[in-house]
Amino acid sequence: MYVAVKGGERAIENAHAWLAEERRGDVNVPELSVAQIREQMALAVSRVMAEGSLFDPDLAALAIKQARGDLIEAIFLIRAYRTTLPRFGTSAPIATDSMACDRRISATFKDVPGGQVLGPTFDYTHRLLDFKLAADGDVAEAPQRETDQADVPHVTDFLNREGLIEEAPHDDTAPRDLTREPLEMPADRPLRLQALARADEGFTLSLAYSTQRGYARNHAFVGELRIGTVDVEMDIPELGFAIDIGEITITECESVNQFTGSKTEPPQFTRGYGLVFGQTERKAISMALVDRAMRWEELGEDNLGAPVQDTEFVLYHSDNIKATGFLEHIKLPHYVDFQSELELVRQLRREAGAADMQEAAE
Amino acid sequence: MKDHIDTNADRKAWMGLLAKAPEGQVATLLDASCKRPDHTWLRPPEIGSVMVRGRAGGTGAPFNLGEMTVTRCALRLSCGTVGHGYIQGRRKADAEVAALVDAMMQTPQADRVRTHVLTPLADARDAARATRAAKAAATKVDFFTMVRGDD
Repeated sequence: MYVAVKGGERAIENAHAWLAEERRGDVNVPELSVAQIREQMALAVSRVMAEGSLFDPDLAALAIKQARGDLIEAIFLIRAYRTTLPRFGTSAPIATDSMACDRRISATFKDVPGGQVLGPTFDYTHRLLDFKLAADGDVAEAPQRETDQADVPHVTDFLNREGLIEEAPHDDTAPRDLTREPLEMPADRPLRLQALARADEGFTLSLAYSTQRGYARNHAFVGELRIGTVDVEMDIPELGFAIDIGEITITECESVNQFTGSKTEPPQFTRGYGLVFGQTERKAISMALVDRAMRWEELGEDNLGAPVQDTEFVLYHSDNIKATGFLEHIKLPHYVDFQSELELVRQLRREAGAADMQEAAE
Repeated sequence: MKDHIDTNADRKAWMGLLAKAPEGQVATLLDASCKRPDHTWLRPPEIGSVMVRGRAGGTGAPFNLGEMTVTRCALRLSCGTVGHGYIQGRRKADAEVAALVDAMMQTPQADRVRTHVLTPLADARDAARATRAAKAAATKVDFFTMVRGDD
């Protein structure tokens, strides 16, 4: 029950003033600029763009600053801002096979055309704290090597010459959009992918991990992981043709899964798909595994009762803004609710006490 | 008909280049080469979003990936030529200059604008891409077992 109450305005104002001061921290320490966050906290910026579901590095960096580094709070700010924007239209589906790849690896095919390109990765670092970073920040420019800069085709295209991999046939059905209509079950794959692309990284990671540990086990390999930039093209009605309206950094993961066949499908490798804004490979791999697990019905697999197979459970709990909104609202004043609960407990006690007395008397 | 298509291809290319240009760069190049022509607004700069789509498995059914910010505007030069600006991000001043360049490219000033604005812009973009690609190439793994063109 919600009842409007007055009071607390000054306390709230003062709390906000103190928040601003605490956000700034020690004034003897130089203030962070939004550009510094954008450039040097780039992976936090990527996460905020992905889960905020809005590609704009400057805005994400601003949100991180405002949220004092609380990424879910920053994502909340981005989601709120996003709702104020008029939507100009919808892009053509991005062509990830023409991505300018910073990184492109395959765990399944060593000699893929285009090669294994590691990119600026944490992999193979020793995870030892680097105290040089606490001193000055001069870095040497990274080495370069000649390149032909040709498009790098997807790994599955090569694998599929034998027809052993499930295909993803071309389709132009307009997808449902959960930002425009309520998320209703059953959710088809495009809707699931939209929800997963903006889902909480931690939740997605845990679900993906659960599939690896045996809950709806579908042994996954990273068929391909790529990070880079793609052009975004949109039809402009007033021009009568399509133009590039920008360029975004994205991470794409295709998982390849063992599949012994089912009632409806022959033995083959099946695929899971992850596509996420920014440099977000943990999330993209997790998304691919969860996407694959949620396809159990379409592939004729058994429902093993694993959490990840419960699409409704996954989709209704994957959004960290919905989750945090509902979770955190219980700390806001519920005085009236609580007052009535208190009354109820008192009454139950009185009744129990009366019953005891009656029993004793009999 | 063919001419019409070619005109679009050229315009499509410059509009894409303008959309992705770094903040302030088009303005710097334009202002260094000429005085900005007068214009009236058909649509003053406005900030909005575009829903970006991907495809399941890279090639399958489309899905909504998330939105990106876009600024757009439309203007008319005093000669009547109309220019459109559609650029990435929230940059009203850059959208204006993009629309100006788009309009000027349809006037006798086109060659001048191409030489002083579009060409340097494309060169800078190509150089940045090439550097990034070369850094990526330097992280390409050479496996010891790889056969390297014997003889």
